Amino acid sequence: MLKQNAPRLTPEQYEQNFADINPPLTRSQALEEGSRCLFCYDAPCIKACPTGIDVPQFIRQIGTGNVTGAAKTILNANILGHSCARVCPTSVLCEGACVLNLEHKRPIDIGKLQRYAVDHVMDTLQLFTPPASNGRKVALIGGGPASLSCATELRRHGYNTTIFDANPDPGGLDTYGIAAYKLRAEDAVREFGLVRRLGVEIRSNVEVDASKLPELEREYDAVFIGIGLGGTDDLQIPGEELEGSCDALTFIRNTKEQSFDKVTVGNRVAVIGGGNTAIDVVTAARRLGAEEIYMIYRRGEAEASAFEYEIELAKKDSITFVWQSVPTRILGRGKVEALECVKTMLGPPDASGRRGPKSIAGSEFRLDVDMVIKALGQKRKTEFLESISGLKLERGCVQVISATMQTANPKYFAGGDCVNGGGEVVDAVAHGKTAASGIHQVLEAAASARRTHA
Amino acid sequence: MPDISIDFCGVRSPNPFWLGSGPPANTAYQAMRAFDAGWGGVVWKTIGDPIINVSSRYGSIDYKSERMIGLNNIELISDRPIETNFLEIAEVKKKYPKQVVVASLMVESKQAAWHEIVRRANDSGADLLELNFGCPHGMSERGMGAAVGQVPEYATMITTWVKEMAQVPVIVKLTPNVTDISFMAAAAKQGGADAVSLINTINSLVGVDLDTMVPRPNVGGYSSHGGYCGPAVKPIALNMVASVAHNPKVGIPISGIGGISNWKDAVEFMLLGSTSVQICTAAMHYGFRIVEDMISGLDGYLASKGMNSAMELVGKSVGKVEDWGNLNLNYKVVAKIDAEKCIGCNLCYIACEDGAHQCITAAPRPVGDLRHGTPAKHVPHVIEEECVGCNLCALVCPVPQCITMEEIDSGRGSMNWRQLQEARGKSPQCSMEELLAKVAKA
Ligand SMILES: Cc1cc2nc3c(=O)[nH]c(=O)nc-3n(C[C@H](O)[C@H](O)[C@H](O)COP(=O)(O)OP(=O)(O)OC[C@H]3O[C@@H](n4cnc5c(N)ncnc54)[C@H](O)[C@@H]3O)c2cc1C
Ligand SMILES: Cc1cc2nc3c(=O)[nH]c(=O)nc-3n(C[C@H](O)[C@H](O)[C@H](O)COP(=O)(O)O)c2cc1C
Ligand code: SF4
Repeated sequence: MLKQNAPRLTPEQYEQNFADINPPLTRSQALEEGSRCLFCYDAPCIKACPTGIDVPQFIRQIGTGNVTGAAKTILNANILGHSCARVCPTSVLCEGACVLNLEHKRPIDIGKLQRYAVDHVMDTLQLFTPPASNGRKVALIGGGPASLSCATELRRHGYNTTIFDANPDPGGLDTYGIAAYKLRAEDAVREFGLVRRLGVEIRSNVEVDASKLPELEREYDAVFIGIGLGGTDDLQIPGEELEGSCDALTFIRNTKEQSFDKVTVGNRVAVIGGGNTAIDVVTAARRLGAEEIYMIYRRGEAEASAFEYEIELAKKDSITFVWQSVPTRILGRGKVEALECVKTMLGPPDASGRRGPKSIAGSEFRLDVDMVIKALGQKRKTEFLESISGLKLERGCVQVISATMQTANPKYFAGGDCVNGGGEVVDAVAHGKTAASGIHQVLEAAASARRTHA
Repeated sequence: MPDISIDFCGVRSPNPFWLGSGPPANTAYQAMRAFDAGWGGVVWKTIGDPIINVSSRYGSIDYKSERMIGLNNIELISDRPIETNFLEIAEVKKKYPKQVVVASLMVESKQAAWHEIVRRANDSGADLLELNFGCPHGMSERGMGAAVGQVPEYATMITTWVKEMAQVPVIVKLTPNVTDISFMAAAAKQGGADAVSLINTINSLVGVDLDTMVPRPNVGGYSSHGGYCGPAVKPIALNMVASVAHNPKVGIPISGIGGISNWKDAVEFMLLGSTSVQICTAAMHYGFRIVEDMISGLDGYLASKGMNSAMELVGKSVGKVEDWGNLNLNYKVVAKIDAEKCIGCNLCYIACEDGAHQCITAAPRPVGDLRHGTPAKHVPHVIEEECVGCNLCALVCPVPQCITMEEIDSGRGSMNWRQLQEARGKSPQCSMEELLAKVAKA
């Protein structure tokens, strides 16, 4: 129980609040929007997509009524074309690169067109018929975007693929982490059908720990690590143990896993952080009915790492931004009652060139809140990763050869958030693809070396 | 204020814009609405022995979001009794004495039948007659319409019959479904036609429904070839108008028709020799109100060119249509890309690379997105020495004025194909290029 919960809303209100932020296009909207595409050659949108989707081609296919062909163009480059269409920060990816921007015109709504095409086939498409088994087996740890993409590509070459995922449902953060108004858990799970139909095996509710590694290494020709990141970093201030203090990922996961009326949310909520996750938390809290929401960040708006359009979204939700402030204590008797903060100023640039915030003595202030949600960076899964022999980590991220995604332990390949320290879904998909071709390349080379020796 | 009225065979029209013979010009009600909207004339839906139409009747071509850029129909002439049509013409003429009403006529190819209908047309008070020798479907199978317009002797003969009776000037409406339309225009002139109008619709089969595999328009599981019109036919019509205007054996006024949708299209028809223009599809698409902009656009254009009368436009560009053999082979333009305006779509590059002469280079675009910095501007480059000056890149470029074709001084005088042939006869040892290079500047 919190000191004060947000008022309950009606089921219709919750549904309305969490409705698709980018509703699907109708056929005629898609045709009209698609008709604006210039069909650029060597198009910048393709080059700005980490998975290299041939955007002009699929838009042309929508235009000719070949929507299944359009979906195949997308999915052959990016098996998670549905979630990417809905969650990608397109304004800094494909749409940001659209040449129409240079003419001060609205870029093509590539994300929405992509969704239009993939929606058409999502529940039915057999993207390709996998060839007969090539006799090789690959284990994939984690069932997020990186692994799903890697497994899909491996199936093209006839690999047997088995995903081990700690969660009950596949999809990783697509299912459990992305804001519900962008992508519902059930849609992420539906999307997995595309992968399942290719013969990718998944063992859900299986957390791979150090003890299982020898078996995997024995049974499989290669192992792909796609475990993502861990929970949110701690604030390391007094009062974090109080009821009503929680972690962003748990809070968001609740909105994805439970019905909205079951999610615990305070009436007055303080969210700590300046990234996209913090935005997801404040917008979710607002949609769940919280009446007073603060987003507290130690630097200013310009320094916040959240995308501009995400900050705009939070502004539309009338979130109170508390810039240049850090929390110092959470106060309360058993339950959160208030958050004490102190104002900061920007100090001299640090090693990375960013100006570090410094507390201003005597500027303490207090926010009366019922809930404090920390949305700082995510923890690295260092303990597990260190249990894999020979793996090289840097600041908790797995080090790989970028052309193959092979780790310092030649049996292991890795991709996604555990390699880049936290990127987008599309980056994880791109890593998965590269890793699959890397695995194929390395195993083929080994096999041909064996053949010449024999 | 320039005068936008015209004189057509001695008949004055408040402006050159007439509704073409077709569904928008079917009844007195429509004609009066059209005149109220500002149209200068109405060519009545072709009058003759009433027919029965099928349903459905139209099919069209869309391009991207643009609907009906080409229209096809399998409709016949008026399905209303002859007397009703003439009574209504008389009624309209009484109410709108200053506007032009043209009676479009078609009957079987018998002198008596033509004499009879012309007599009734005379009585109706129509300002002009238009003989429909153009309808390419349905009527032609009954020996009328294009069946007449495709045989010069018939066209001459029927025109002669009509002229025997007619009390007002006679326009012959020509079918484009012939090898040389100016030959047909000359045949009409020979029969005594005072003017010609062109084009009627072009033989067409507009498409096949991919679900049912029945061609469009579908009439109970079957279709039939029809007549094509609308914006898509404009270039064909313009060429035909110009060729009639060019033919010294014709030399009578032209009413231009085919794909006209706005004042600019109309001005082009006038420049190539039309005195009046007729509009059918555009009125079917958007209604009579389109004439408002036609009037003000024409007015503005004349003013901008310092012209006092719309009649000054008529035929002004006819002399600029030359035989290919008279074009200067030493005239040279090359493409120039304005790097400032270029948005880097590479359409010019791929058009020239795959579709023209491989004269544009474009560096492969680097991989990258805005999270990793703003990419450098991507601008293709024209290899001017290689450019043949075909215009293709400028045509595909989506940015106005970004690619321009600029004249370059070849340092040579003018020489056309005919002159080159002569020069070759005199110096067979020289290559064509050598002969062209030798021509000194005047
Ligand atoms: C709150 C939030 C919002 C986001 N919003 C967006 C957005 O709008 N757009 C966008 O593009 N990106 C967004 N991202 C980023 C995106 O979700 C990630 O980049 C992407 O999911 C990374 O994919 P992954 O496969 O590397 O890891 P994950 O998606 O994290 O998947 C890892 C999977 O591995 C499982 N796992 C971990 N350890 C083990 C183990 N030992 N054994 C078995 N299974 C294990 C996990 O349970 C999980 O299922 C967001 C991230 C967060 C946290
Ligand atoms: C549905 C329809 C019916 C037509 N009926 C006639 C007709 O009865 N008599 C005639 O001379 N032309 C007829 N036409 C041809 C038009 O008058 C005109 O010549 C042709 O459509 C080209 O002009 P546009 O492109 O402006 O439509 C018809 C055209 C259409 C679309
Ligand atoms: S004008 Fe023709 S030949 Fe010259 S660059 Fe353009 S496309 Fe190529």
